[in-house]
Amino acid sequence: MHIPDGYLGPATCGFFYAIMVPIWALASKIVKKTLNAKQVPLLAIGAAFSFVIMMFNVPIPGGTTGHAVGGVLVAILIGPWAACIAITVALAVQALLFGDGGITALGANCFNMAFALPFAGYYIYKAISYNSPIGSNRRVIAAGIAGYIAVSVAASLTGFEFGIQPLLHKTASGQALYCPYGLNVALPVMLGEHLLVFGWIEALVTALVVKYLQKQDLGLLGDGRG
Amino acid sequence: MKKNTARLWIGLVILVILSPLGVILPKYFKAGTAWGEWGADEMRKLVGYIPFGFDKLSTMWNAPLSGYIFKGWDEKGLGHLSLSYLASAILGIAITVAIMLFLGRILTKKR
Repeated sequence: MHIPDGYLGPATCGFFYAIMVPIWALASKIVKKTLNAKQVPLLAIGAAFSFVIMMFNVPIPGGTTGHAVGGVLVAILIGPWAACIAITVALAVQALLFGDGGITALGANCFNMAFALPFAGYYIYKAISYNSPIGSNRRVIAAGIAGYIAVSVAASLTGFEFGIQPLLHKTASGQALYCPYGLNVALPVMLGEHLLVFGWIEALVTALVVKYLQKQDLGLLGDGRG
Repeated sequence: MKKNTARLWIGLVILVILSPLGVILPKYFKAGTAWGEWGADEMRKLVGYIPFGFDKLSTMWNAPLSGYIFKGWDEKGLGHLSLSYLASAILGIAITVAIMLFLGRILTKKR
């Protein structure tokens, strides 16, 4: 789901940076108000977890790979605004140091994976778990469903951003300038592979860790207020 | 809180140790690049040409540890790939944690 440099044209790249800058500013403002010093290690662990879980490339039939993002779990633990900052840092390190995701596409990648994904996941988790006890199975299921849907939302956004490129940028002879695949290909491929495989991986990771944290009763669940 | 996060740090270490699976499994099953993350050669194979804008932008940043693999270790077999991957996970996490602890200190500094 990491869009590399060269797939999105300047208009799309600029657009998503322009959207992310106020989101990052708002996130720092909100986190500054709500975060206390004791939660800082958790913030660091969240970013590190997201960083390393994205390295677990899972091969699927058809010769391609994908991975979980871990962002829904991070949002459940520290709230969506703090998760936004944590995943942004993970994505920036991946792009700058490891060439995983582009520099020009960082705004778009952050919008998909550090904003849309943790927010969608967090509110789905909240809505389904509602007032159920912290230790209930309902919360484990809520975490799984939130992971599945949130990853699929992020994948659809990625597919959409890929897919509009041929509409925006073409040479006179009809050759694509950036991503050559239109919405009719990019959107179903991105959404499909995440609905079929990678969404389940995110669901499993999120639900299992929530289950583990319930059993350990570490007091980490239930205080993830944004 | 200290004891609580200790378990999470341990979990993180386990993930780091397992991280080479992220390169071993795709190699074993001969999986290619993730959809939409192809390089120039793969792009030419897929669509028959290298889009002009793609060609310009895709080479603008040369990441020091591109693909979590040391330079030139790509063709040296699974052992080298795994070692690169492991080192990348450790380095990436160290830098990510350092940035987050620094940011966390700024963000929790109340007026």
